[in-house]
Amino acid sequence: MRAAIIIFPGSNCDRDMMVALERITGRRPALIWHKETSIDPVDMMILPGGFSFGDYLRCGALAARSPAIEAVIDHASRGGAVLGVCNGFQILLETGLLPGTLVRNADLKFVCRETSLAVQKTTASLFTDGLQDGQVLTIPVAHNEGNYFAPEDQLAMLEDNGQIALRYTEGSHPGPANPNGAAHDIAGIISENGRVMGMMPHPERAIGDGHHSADGRIFLQAALEGVAQ
Amino acid sequence: MSEQTSHPSVPEMGFADAQSMGLSAEEWQLILKRLERTPNQCELGIFSAMWSEHCSYKSSRRWLKTLPTEGPQVIQGPGENAGVVDIGDGLATVFKIESHNHPSFIEPYQGAATGVGGILRDVFTMGARPVALLNALRFGAPENDKTKHLVSGVVAGIGGYGNCIGIPTVGGEVNFHASYNGNILVNAMAVGLAHSDRIFYSAATGAGNPVIYVGAKTGRDGIHGATMASTEFSDETESKRPTVQVGDPFTGKLLMEACLELMAADAVLSIQDMGAAGLTSSSVEMASKGGLGMEIDLDLVPVREDGMSAYEIMLSESQERMLMVIDPSQAEIARAIFDKWDLDFMPIGRVTETDRLVLLKDGGVACDIPLAPLVDDAPEYDRPYQADDTQPQLTTAELATDSSVSNVLKSLIATSDIASRRWVYEQYDSHVMADTMAGPGGDAALIRVHGTTKGLAMSTDCTPRYVEADPFEGGKQAVAESYRNLCATGAKPLAVTNNLNFGNPEKQNIMAQIVGSVNGMGEACRGLDTPVVSGNVSLYNETDGVAIQPCPVIGMVGVIDDVSQAVGIGVTQAGTSLFIVGQETSSDDGWLGCSLYARSIAGRDGGAPPPVTIAEEARNGTFIREQIALQHISACHDISDGGLVVAVAEMVMAGTKGATIQMPETATLHGWAFGEDQGRYIVAVQNPDGFSLAATAASVPVALLGTVTDGAELKCGNEAPISVSDLRTVNEAFLPDLMR
Repeated sequence: MRAAIIIFPGSNCDRDMMVALERITGRRPALIWHKETSIDPVDMMILPGGFSFGDYLRCGALAARSPAIEAVIDHASRGGAVLGVCNGFQILLETGLLPGTLVRNADLKFVCRETSLAVQKTTASLFTDGLQDGQVLTIPVAHNEGNYFAPEDQLAMLEDNGQIALRYTEGSHPGPANPNGAAHDIAGIISENGRVMGMMPHPERAIGDGHHSADGRIFLQAALEGVAQ
Repeated sequence: MSEQTSHPSVPEMGFADAQSMGLSAEEWQLILKRLERTPNQCELGIFSAMWSEHCSYKSSRRWLKTLPTEGPQVIQGPGENAGVVDIGDGLATVFKIESHNHPSFIEPYQGAATGVGGILRDVFTMGARPVALLNALRFGAPENDKTKHLVSGVVAGIGGYGNCIGIPTVGGEVNFHASYNGNILVNAMAVGLAHSDRIFYSAATGAGNPVIYVGAKTGRDGIHGATMASTEFSDETESKRPTVQVGDPFTGKLLMEACLELMAADAVLSIQDMGAAGLTSSSVEMASKGGLGMEIDLDLVPVREDGMSAYEIMLSESQERMLMVIDPSQAEIARAIFDKWDLDFMPIGRVTETDRLVLLKDGGVACDIPLAPLVDDAPEYDRPYQADDTQPQLTTAELATDSSVSNVLKSLIATSDIASRRWVYEQYDSHVMADTMAGPGGDAALIRVHGTTKGLAMSTDCTPRYVEADPFEGGKQAVAESYRNLCATGAKPLAVTNNLNFGNPEKQNIMAQIVGSVNGMGEACRGLDTPVVSGNVSLYNETDGVAIQPCPVIGMVGVIDDVSQAVGIGVTQAGTSLFIVGQETSSDDGWLGCSLYARSIAGRDGGAPPPVTIAEEARNGTFIREQIALQHISACHDISDGGLVVAVAEMVMAGTKGATIQMPETATLHGWAFGEDQGRYIVAVQNPDGFSLAATAASVPVALLGTVTDGAELKCGNEAPISVSDLRTVNEAFLPDLMR
């Protein structure tokens, strides 16, 4: 299993993802600077969290025009696996690889806390094949723009196609289950072919070893096994 | 009078100009004497900035010198951008706290954001990667009409910078008091990690070496911020909004990565961030620390706007800028790194042997002054002081009320002082970097030292009401509380940084607060072996002549060898016994004077604060750490604001179990329950007999208090139990209600 993490100026979860993958697989992923125009073949490309280009203009908008993104789009068009976490999810929406948009949290504040996520296994996807439908994962979020929004017909299509992979659900944490007002409690979605996934929660911050939860490890492990098959 | 230094277009300055820049008549005369001529505007601006309270510590220096700053663990004490402390295995922690009080009152978001940016630069300038941020915030009374706006802006600003640059904000303090209505406090602390043999310093080296400007461009923002930070507030202050700097955390992130890459490549000789007083303080400090001079061509400085004068360029406090001296043979490597990060990299001058600061502009000399008077001759005042009257010692009989302990508890945990800070800290990214082992909401935060089993523990603390009532005891208490917070996790305290926030030192009672609390801090730091390695002083925190409650904040950092052995405050194991550590019997009367009980329940401010006995703090803290290392303790919390019953409630709310505590049948029950006697902890232990024996052997008094239970309730003696969810509801309400 070979993975590559794309690093943009302002990415700040690239190392965290690298460490998490290395702990799980024993193998260090390739780190790709955004100015690279070609990326050696890998099984999964990962867009990490952070504030690429300061999130100036619009979250992810400038990163989506980076040279390396063309390689990511090529990879996806050949059916390659792509995971975008937080800012990486925002970038994927800006590239058009996934539908919809992420707007400011409903209460207009940054939010950093644990969330409970229900896995939705309504369609085949390498990201969820190794998980149980309805399985609840505790994984933290940390974002200012995580409020998933799409027109009603697009939301209906996502539901019909089974593209909603993770939904916020009730857990033990104080405060509302949905931390940002996302439509349909959407925390993560997949592409129609199940090969591209974007999610707001940070699995790399929940891999055990002193983290509050090890459920991020379960998620990443399942995805890595899924892509290896 | 030397003619060649006066620039033709620069008007000559007089005392009125000096006064408008915050200099006194004596200071003006001293400048004339040292220069042997009249300074021009740029030169006067440089003197004014370097001699400001903010840069020169002229009122406090005499007292700061008395603080302990040495120890085997200290690699670098005060005087550099940040302090450096050995944590073993070739690693060091680098940390400092700094205030951004005045800018944050004028423009809360940018003031707080640039406070965070500035303290981060202080840390990575030393060669350390920042790994954690903390803060200490003081706002006005909740009902004050500006409080909500200020809380909202400051919290968003701290998060705005820290979240974006990707350093977790893991701890801090937030308190409310009417004395801060017109002058809030925003102190930001950064903690970094470095290899102990790879620390970078600011002293310029090698005459002839190039001086390089890197980072963001220079604009007109923040001009004379250091001087503004050294004057009292008045109704006119809000018109100073243009002097507040604007932060750009994205550029800050690029600058941090570029500097760390440059240091790893060994391509830099000395480096200094442009903080307060911008290019002025950075060039003066680098040259004077190196015992050298510096010549800078101001026409080469990257600027954002046209037509900036020498004065404006030198006094600008634009953010995200650094000054470096590099080895000329490394220049291309260095330039390539800054090109990669799309940052300006501009040689603007050179190191000289002249001991002078020479600035060129528009083909002429804009400034030519000797460096020595700027630094060595900076005024130092021995200001007279006279303490306010000593506060009386209040007894429990004078303060106690008829309420049940449970009802008082519910009232206290709902107050602005004790209520949950969740509304604040959930706006900070406390997990980024994925090494946060314990974030906000406990006693001390714990950050894993990346790639090792070690953890850094850190906390910020001060109890201003104690300091106001008794500066000496209050100064001691700030150190002792930080010490307890670290010990309660199992970490060994190593060193401190301090941020002294006071009113106008020209008033004798304020000066007495400074002297008393610095003396108290010194005694505590000596006794607890936690030397002061860095710090900041913020004076003139007054509005229309009324001073803030004095707030000498301590930021303490410690280390735990195996972070997986650290404990938290939450009780998680039913059947474990709760002990009070540091108290002879479980029925002792407590010290209610100056407590939150006195203020919020009895309606009485003041009274002498609880005394701090440093030898007992050291003994009890050492015992707690040993017992945690032996894994005899499953939860630990220090007893502070609100006393022991509040501490137990906090352990229950943070945990997964309930508790039952025995209450003494005594007339001084409220003193027992809510007294704020120092040097105490509550611990949950598996083996009560073994624990008691160990305590006896260590000569540490302990008293059995109760038991951790499976029920989700807290039961105090024979009073009706309170459900933990009710406690949480009451405790969580204050901030969301205020900010709604």
